[in-house]
Amino acid sequence: MSKFVKEMIQGLVVVGLAVGWVGCSKKGSQDENVITNSGSDTMVNLAQMWAEEYQKVKPGVSVEVGGGGSGVGISSLMQGITEIANASRAMKDSEKAQAKQNTGKEPIEWIVGYDALAVYVHKDNPVESLTLAQLAQIYAEGGSTDKWSQINIDITSKGANDEIVRISRQNSSGTYFYFREHVLNNKDYKSGSRDMIGSKDVVELVGKTTGAIGYSGMGYATEAVKFVKLAKAAGQPAYEPSLENVASGNYPLARSMLMYTLGQPEGEVKEYIDWILSPAGQKVVEKSGYIPVLSGRKE
Amino acid sequence: MTSNRSGKKSQWFGTLRRLFSNMTERTIVSLIYLCGVSAIIFVFGIFFFVFREGAPFLKDHLDFKSFFLSPDWYPTSASNKRYGILAMLAGTGSVTIIAMLVAVPFSLASAVFISKFCGKRMQEILKVMIELLAAIPSVVWGFIGLMVLNPLIVELTGAPIGLNILNAGIVVGLMSVPIIVSIAEDAIRAVPDTYLEAAEALGATRWQTIRKVIFPAAKNGLLAAVLLGVGRAVGETMAVLMCTGHSVNIPFDGEAPFFHILDSVRTLTATIAAELGETARLDPLPDGAYPAEALHYQSLFVIGIVLFAITFVINLIADIAVKGIRKK
Repeated sequence: MSKFVKEMIQGLVVVGLAVGWVGCSKKGSQDENVITNSGSDTMVNLAQMWAEEYQKVKPGVSVEVGGGGSGVGISSLMQGITEIANASRAMKDSEKAQAKQNTGKEPIEWIVGYDALAVYVHKDNPVESLTLAQLAQIYAEGGSTDKWSQINIDITSKGANDEIVRISRQNSSGTYFYFREHVLNNKDYKSGSRDMIGSKDVVELVGKTTGAIGYSGMGYATEAVKFVKLAKAAGQPAYEPSLENVASGNYPLARSMLMYTLGQPEGEVKEYIDWILSPAGQKVVEKSGYIPVLSGRKE
Repeated sequence: MTSNRSGKKSQWFGTLRRLFSNMTERTIVSLIYLCGVSAIIFVFGIFFFVFREGAPFLKDHLDFKSFFLSPDWYPTSASNKRYGILAMLAGTGSVTIIAMLVAVPFSLASAVFISKFCGKRMQEILKVMIELLAAIPSVVWGFIGLMVLNPLIVELTGAPIGLNILNAGIVVGLMSVPIIVSIAEDAIRAVPDTYLEAAEALGATRWQTIRKVIFPAAKNGLLAAVLLGVGRAVGETMAVLMCTGHSVNIPFDGEAPFFHILDSVRTLTATIAAELGETARLDPLPDGAYPAEALHYQSLFVIGIVLFAITFVINLIADIAVKGIRKK
């Protein structure tokens, strides 16, 4: 037994030395001017465009962008791994408390643009507009709408099954929370929705399924799908997600795209956020298919 | 004088070298030893980690009845958080059953053919091809399900969507073919040729030989092969995430035909893969209790423990079955 222990210790020492050596040789490659930025799946393309544009403005600073989802960004911020978290939902109080407990700093929220959460259907689907109440009947637990014929849509003539194929997001996504809060009034989703793990996956699956309906950021539209116009209530006019309708406040599902920093940002991070909020940074928002903060949108 | 000194020197060098080679020898032996036992260390390390992360949920919030018997999976609900994994157990179970219905006849037949009834060259070609099948990454299989089977199933069955048990069952079944074939082939090869010759001498047809001689003689190995295939099907993640539709839904009900193969389902593995990435690991508050949001992360680890238990039991049975062959 003692021989066993001795051999184990010897082996561990050798492995330890090897690991230590590798670890040491890696040091010193750390760049001084790197800003880490990760989070929201809705915002990842936009964040990448900002980073590329900023490279031209300040060549000495590089911004490392990661996706993964709002939850990923927020939890890396809480652990102090990332300097700026992108989020398509607000941080929960429990998360703010945890961030404070871990890092001693209060997270600060920045509104960096707006997105219209679009409701997508297959391009052959005859549906033109829906009210938020109808959407809730389709998606919410206890909602009675399961077939297209129930809302007077004839989808069977397109060769599809009458069942409404509900496409949703995984239950930790920022978009999932937003839709639940603003369409379902915080009721739970009906069981049996197909839960995709990315904004793009939702739109792709809707594009391949004639009887499907799904929600995702407006920046993900493709040719195989179309937007459904949304009305706040029955009898009111329905609007499609567009810059004008979001700016005027007519489109009911416009949401803020957020960035979070730990405490008041300083140095390079502060300059980066200031630049994002400047007209130059906001122009990038418009270019990526989202809506700039400076559009004068009414809350 | 000089020779004496050089002799002394070489002696000294010799001792040093012996000492050195002795040390390197011992170091290398211990390193290899460490590599050998590392599997045990890793298994226990993983076991410990998974249990530690899931422990607070197991201790304070695990209600056996609702956890295993409720289909409601709402870990992030605003008003009423529910943690029921029945739908996922049903999903994993139904995908595995369909996968085995696809894989077992296919693999056993090809194992019999490869090991007993085909020429040497054909045998080599087939073995290489089946190994190639095993080398296809699971995300590529998932892609095949998504892009090829999905529209095909909609076309042929009129289902609202082609991402369902049938799709995932076919994909996972094909994925488990290589592992079943390779083990089943070894088991069948172990059946002595004299058995076959005896059967032939008695006038048995090939089918009779397979059914009455080869299968009974190799049954333990075949069972082990099938069980390892089941283990593969239960543990598969990426392909089922893409092909099942990932929908919390129980595909059984009281109406005929009782089992709906065209329903979308969700498996245990896919749930962990889809949700863990974005779920925050929260520490207890200063008063020692966990915030309600922390339970989602912990419950995902409890699902991990359930999966661990399922695959452990399957592998254990397979192991016992293999031991059964060796005894013979």
